[in-house]
Amino acid sequence: MVDVRGLLCPMPLVTVRKEIEKKNPDTLEVLFDEPGALDNVTRFVTGLGYKTEVVKCGPDFKLVMKK
Amino acid sequence: MKKINWPIVLAGGLVGLAAVVLTALGNPANMGFCIACFLRDIAGATKMHSAAVVQYFRPEIVGLVLGAFIMSVASKEYRAKAGSSPATRFVLGAFVMIGALAFLGCPLRMMLRLAGGDLNALIALFGFAAGIAVGVVCLNKGFSLKRAYDVGKAEGSVLLVVLTGLFILSLAVPALFAFSEKGPGSMRAPALVALLIAVVVGAAAYKTRLCMAGGIRDGIMFKDFRLLFGFVAVFAIALIGNIVLGKFKLGFAGQPVAHSDHVWSFLGMALVGWGSVLLGGCPLRQLILAGAGNGDSAVAVLGMIVGAAFSHNFGLAGAAASADAAGGVGPKGRVAIIIGFIVFAVISAMNIQKQED
Repeated sequence: MVDVRGLLCPMPLVTVRKEIEKKNPDTLEVLFDEPGALDNVTRFVTGLGYKTEVVKCGPDFKLVMKK
Repeated sequence: MKKINWPIVLAGGLVGLAAVVLTALGNPANMGFCIACFLRDIAGATKMHSAAVVQYFRPEIVGLVLGAFIMSVASKEYRAKAGSSPATRFVLGAFVMIGALAFLGCPLRMMLRLAGGDLNALIALFGFAAGIAVGVVCLNKGFSLKRAYDVGKAEGSVLLVVLTGLFILSLAVPALFAFSEKGPGSMRAPALVALLIAVVVGAAAYKTRLCMAGGIRDGIMFKDFRLLFGFVAVFAIALIGNIVLGKFKLGFAGQPVAHSDHVWSFLGMALVGWGSVLLGGCPLRQLILAGAGNGDSAVAVLGMIVGAAFSHNFGLAGAAASADAAGGVGPKGRVAIIIGFIVFAVISAMNIQKQED
């Protein structure tokens, strides 16, 4: 699980991009606390061919990405 | 062909329109909104500096923060957070302000100046983009000011409460404050109208994450041009407004509250661009984030206010051209900008995280 809570833009996207470049995972879960960052990352990973689902985790959001 | 993101185009257009309206209602030319100039005016109004022509408690600043607060609460997204290198953010904010006041405007006013035909702002735009590119290199190398953490709700509202309290006090007991009788600080849209317009703009800017630095940054880093649409929309609508109102005047010379010291306009805004990337957003975005509960952005704004006071107390700010003088950035201002670059280089180097395997 990648945790990008508390990071200001564009760090959430930078972090997720780095993880994808490094491991090219088929599945990845990312924890967010900011809807704007969630939107940005969702748009980016959708463009890379991932299917996404958002799960609410208390005050946070978990983005589940699958190829 | 990228799909146009209409909400951010509308928000950018709203900012451009609001700026033209505020200018028509009394704000200085090409200064419907200017986060740097207005924070400097507030620093003057509260007697943190004594430049008599730039002192006024600008309602627009209060309105932007309040609008972001209202929209974030209404969207159930308000969340008080802090702890991401606040002292570093204070210093970044101060030097961003010093760079902006050398040029005579924040990135938003740079676009508004360009929309008024001021070609000096075009040189500054190149500098701003160059500074953002340097910031992007830092991000790609692993720069981070670390994460913020949840804090008590009250912590996230400190800037809003302080600004609102002082604004009310400035209306109730104006004699406590310093208000300009001539110069840009004396040119004002009616306070409550300016406040209301800024509340609407602040709400829209929060909802769409409008950021003057983010558009160029995301374009370079991710080929994501969503935020850039807002940046361009500010320019387009303000340009149309200025042409309709007969206020468009193309050229370098004779522009309002401006100078043609191109090298230092370029370098001043390069400093702003670099600092804005390190901070995670332009001065407007810092105000909006602060309104939505981000204590670190509130500290960056406080740094900007202190930076503005330093700019005028130490003679660092650019001087506007007049009939008698060419204006420009003096020796002290030039040294301050160079120091700013050194400080940003040190901050960048100290906060680049080692890449993990």
